Amino acid sequence: MSAGFYFGAEVFINGLMTGVLYSLVALGFVLIFKSSGIFNYAQGVMALFAALTLVGLQDGQVPFAHLINSIFGTQVHHFGWHLPALLAILLTAGVMVVLAILVERYILRHLVNQPDIILFMATIGMAYFMEGFGDLMWGSEIKKLDVGIPQGGNFWIEENTAFLGGEDFYGFYLDSLDIVAAVFAGLLVLSLVLFSQYTKTGRALRAVADDHQAALSVGISLRFIWVVVWSIAGFIALVAGIMWGSKSGVQFSLSLIALKALPVLMLGGFTSIPGAIVGGLIIGVGEKMFEFLIGAPFLGGATENWFAYMLALLFLVFRPQGLFGDKIIERV
Amino acid sequence: MKFTKLAVAAVAAVMTAAPVAADLLLPSLSYRTGPYAAGGIPFADGYADYLTLMNERDGGVGGEMIKMTECETGYNTEKGVECYEATKGGGALVYEPLSTGITYQLIPKVTSDDIPMHTLGYGRTSAKNGNVFSHVFNYPANYWDGASGMINYLLETNNDDINGKTIALVYHNSAFGKEPIRTLEELAKKHGFKLTLLPVDHPGQEQKSQWLQIRREKPDYVLMWGWGVMNQVAVQEAANIRYPMENFIGIWWSGADHDVLPAGEAANGYKAVTFHGVGKDFPIYDDIQKYVVDTGKAAGTGDTVGSVLYNRGLYAAMLAVEAIKDAQAATGHANVTAPELRDAMENLNITEERMAGLGLPGFGPAFQVTCENHGGDGLVGVAQWDAMAKTWSIISDFKPTDSEVIDALVKEDSEAYAAENNIEPQCK
Amino acid sequence: MFYREAGDFKTSYADDSQTFPIKFDRYRYWAVLAFAFLVVPFIINDYWLNAVVLPFLIYSVAAIGLNILTGYCGQVSLGSGGFMAVGAYACYKFMTSFPGMDIFSVILLSGFVTAAVGILFGLPSLRIKGFYLAVATLAAQFFLVWLFNKVPWFYNYSASGQINAPERTVFGYAVTGAETQAWAVYLVALIFVVVLAVVARNLTRGSLGRKWMAIRDMDIAAEIIGVNPMTAKLSAFAISSFYVGISGAMFFVLYLGAVEVGEAFGISKSFIILFMVIIGGLGSIFGSFAGAAFMVLMPVLLKNIMVGQLGWATDLAAHFEFVIVGGLIIVFLILEPHGLAQLWRLAKEKLRLWPFPH
Repeated sequence: MSAGFYFGAEVFINGLMTGVLYSLVALGFVLIFKSSGIFNYAQGVMALFAALTLVGLQDGQVPFAHLINSIFGTQVHHFGWHLPALLAILLTAGVMVVLAILVERYILRHLVNQPDIILFMATIGMAYFMEGFGDLMWGSEIKKLDVGIPQGGNFWIEENTAFLGGEDFYGFYLDSLDIVAAVFAGLLVLSLVLFSQYTKTGRALRAVADDHQAALSVGISLRFIWVVVWSIAGFIALVAGIMWGSKSGVQFSLSLIALKALPVLMLGGFTSIPGAIVGGLIIGVGEKMFEFLIGAPFLGGATENWFAYMLALLFLVFRPQGLFGDKIIERV
Repeated sequence: MKFTKLAVAAVAAVMTAAPVAADLLLPSLSYRTGPYAAGGIPFADGYADYLTLMNERDGGVGGEMIKMTECETGYNTEKGVECYEATKGGGALVYEPLSTGITYQLIPKVTSDDIPMHTLGYGRTSAKNGNVFSHVFNYPANYWDGASGMINYLLETNNDDINGKTIALVYHNSAFGKEPIRTLEELAKKHGFKLTLLPVDHPGQEQKSQWLQIRREKPDYVLMWGWGVMNQVAVQEAANIRYPMENFIGIWWSGADHDVLPAGEAANGYKAVTFHGVGKDFPIYDDIQKYVVDTGKAAGTGDTVGSVLYNRGLYAAMLAVEAIKDAQAATGHANVTAPELRDAMENLNITEERMAGLGLPGFGPAFQVTCENHGGDGLVGVAQWDAMAKTWSIISDFKPTDSEVIDALVKEDSEAYAAENNIEPQCK
Repeated sequence: MFYREAGDFKTSYADDSQTFPIKFDRYRYWAVLAFAFLVVPFIINDYWLNAVVLPFLIYSVAAIGLNILTGYCGQVSLGSGGFMAVGAYACYKFMTSFPGMDIFSVILLSGFVTAAVGILFGLPSLRIKGFYLAVATLAAQFFLVWLFNKVPWFYNYSASGQINAPERTVFGYAVTGAETQAWAVYLVALIFVVVLAVVARNLTRGSLGRKWMAIRDMDIAAEIIGVNPMTAKLSAFAISSFYVGISGAMFFVLYLGAVEVGEAFGISKSFIILFMVIIGGLGSIFGSFAGAAFMVLMPVLLKNIMVGQLGWATDLAAHFEFVIVGGLIIVFLILEPHGLAQLWRLAKEKLRLWPFPH
């Protein structure tokens, strides 16, 4: 086989790895959409907020330091501690649960039975709010996030595959971070599936997803389910924030990763967990392969952003409900 | 009735937005929020701290206190317009918009309002031609100088022969990132290297395709035109594919401390071109510590002092203040106006002695501005990152760039603008 | 008090179907118009024009456009930023290729070009619905921005890809370029806004508007009673894009004067216009104005209060601005999910009955 083939294979595998991260973000959307019909625009900002909180807790930053300093004229910045990564992650997860409770208490509860687009708009308001609030709390400068995930090309894979493609090929390149991310995403999905299949809360969650009113009538608390779902989404946001934040540092742009999940949602369907996973993989591989085969050589590159949407659009024309979405049945 | 109250409040608030006339008003269009906040904060701090130092230590400039009004743009052109209109009425002297987009739309506005604009190492490159762009200054160096400086550095380290070498340009897919392409294409023809273009879309969080391509094609050198999160990701990805860092050179907006810090030790050896000094090994930093930081008047938390972008902000403020001094000397009165400052900027002469006198010896290249040349002499140096010591150090001093190629391009682009907008040459 | 009427005394169909059935509303409408045309041009200055009035007028046109599509026809679109870019670049190409053309024709033609592009990207709406369509229109957004960034022909091969509006005059007064007068620019924008708003109002209550609303309320039912979904949806896309294109052209020539596609017409623009429509009220022309006013005025107002009045640090103020705008959006939605227009309607109802609400 020629080196070209192996290069293609390399791009394919890296596309898969990226796709797993896309799936992860998309999962957050799907969970909330399924259980409450809300298209949660704030998912990306939640990832940013979670990552900011994680770094802040880890480094012992004083929340609202800037605000406090400018009101009281003090000079406080850090508590002076440095928390171990695991503890900080657990604490951040706790913060995300609190956030979920607040969202349910102050927003969702007041917007029951509103049309989808109003709920969507409410999450946009939430996104604005959290963006400002996160910056206010932790500052908007770039922060280094290190929870001990290895980074860089995986040498073992590189060395042991170098013989494949002849002289010009020196082994498959895989980022260790991506491998870790893929493993974590896989575990997360698996535990979600187990949770929703085998626990009482999980079954309640599926019942709510199927039919709100029927679920209510058998005594399931919608509010509790919402808190659970938003907490899980917050936790997913935290994981996504850690994975992307480790690479680029924690900064505003993290909130834009939500955009990467939208074509995945279109493709996989807004209501399907397997759809989010398969969709993520297809989008990840599709955009990387298109850039490799057509984008970079013929179109001058940077085609990934729109190609993902075009690909999803093409799929939709043939399957308007997405790959795994519920079949749309329309009655007059 | 809520609406009426709201409306009244709105009117009242907007009316009072017109700033009160101050002594020497220097607006600072900064961005401490949004996707590029990480770069905007140290720059704004440096700009503010130098002006504070002038007020605290020297009692202003020529006896007139400086008043700096900061306005948050968030790197957003619409907010930039709002900031410009809000500050220009009070007698703003010079604008430093710190965004290519805002620069482009302020060019006609400042020209018609007769207020000079200084774009330090960004903005419209062909504004170097003062004959066409009467109110825009981009000394001491512009993007095309940066591109040429990179190639000159490569020539220098390769015994003046880069024929047949391959060079990849990783750039932010925007007006800013596309600036160097034409220059590099000209230089590729001249020196015989092969140029590969690799655009990265905003924001640049995901660059795997580009770096896999670099890994496949193994270019001898990689140049980068990045800003914001794109820089950190690119440095990290370069480290991941084990691209030799010493062959990776960024533009000055990709060469800040926070660009390389997240990658840790893997970023060691990364280079960036620069047009000003790095670190805080200059006498003026003692004064800043004494008069600004220790007295609690620093704009930021004080931990950005001496970082690359802080120095750049400080440099911008220094150049503005020096031009004000010149204007005061030329007109004989301390309270100079914007048109007077423009004339002084057009004759600005920064020499080694002058910088040494300010406590910034060798901080930037010496240059002389003229009516035809608003861009200075375009001297560019190279700095390298030492990840162990966490410092930048200058490894190639400020050296001239390829004016033959650049001047022709400046002429072409500025004349196209002049033709489109019916601009008469202003210089005699 | 003002809304005094003692019963329904309409004697002709014309009376019954007028836009402002209440006399006071009618007078108020003419008063606002008179104020806008006869008073404002004499008092407007550069700050008011560029920081408040012009963005408000331009975003209003865009919001009306999107409201036609989303509010009246029920098709959620997130491609407005891309369509604005089409308008702006079409405008630039017309201006530089035909220097003699006057600014009104240029802007109108840009609208028509955008309408054509809008129809093209509206085609998937025949099969895709709801949020899926919203996300599908993002394909238009990203593709158009990439295209204008990529193909040098669109920006006349300039070095950086920025486009600049050359100077154009109306009756000898510059309205674009460097030497503009605030009142002249204002009047050009105002003429477009008033004409477009009146046209939109009449379109939406005519047969076309009724077809759109039938499609919005239930497209299958509409089809059964004889509304052709293809013509209805595509006409909504075309007219909506026409409006959005005109606003993009005005955004470029009248407001900013120089734009770069990724920065000025990025995805955030699409979202902001959608916010305006929802905050203002879906399916309401007045709501489009109210939403645009909210999203344009609120940040300026908050900034001026916090930085100008209270003297806060600019970054703190900017963060608070986000918190407050976000909080207000949520509060408004909880208080009145149907937008500012509905609040206005309720207020009017109350006033009509005042002081005897029973």
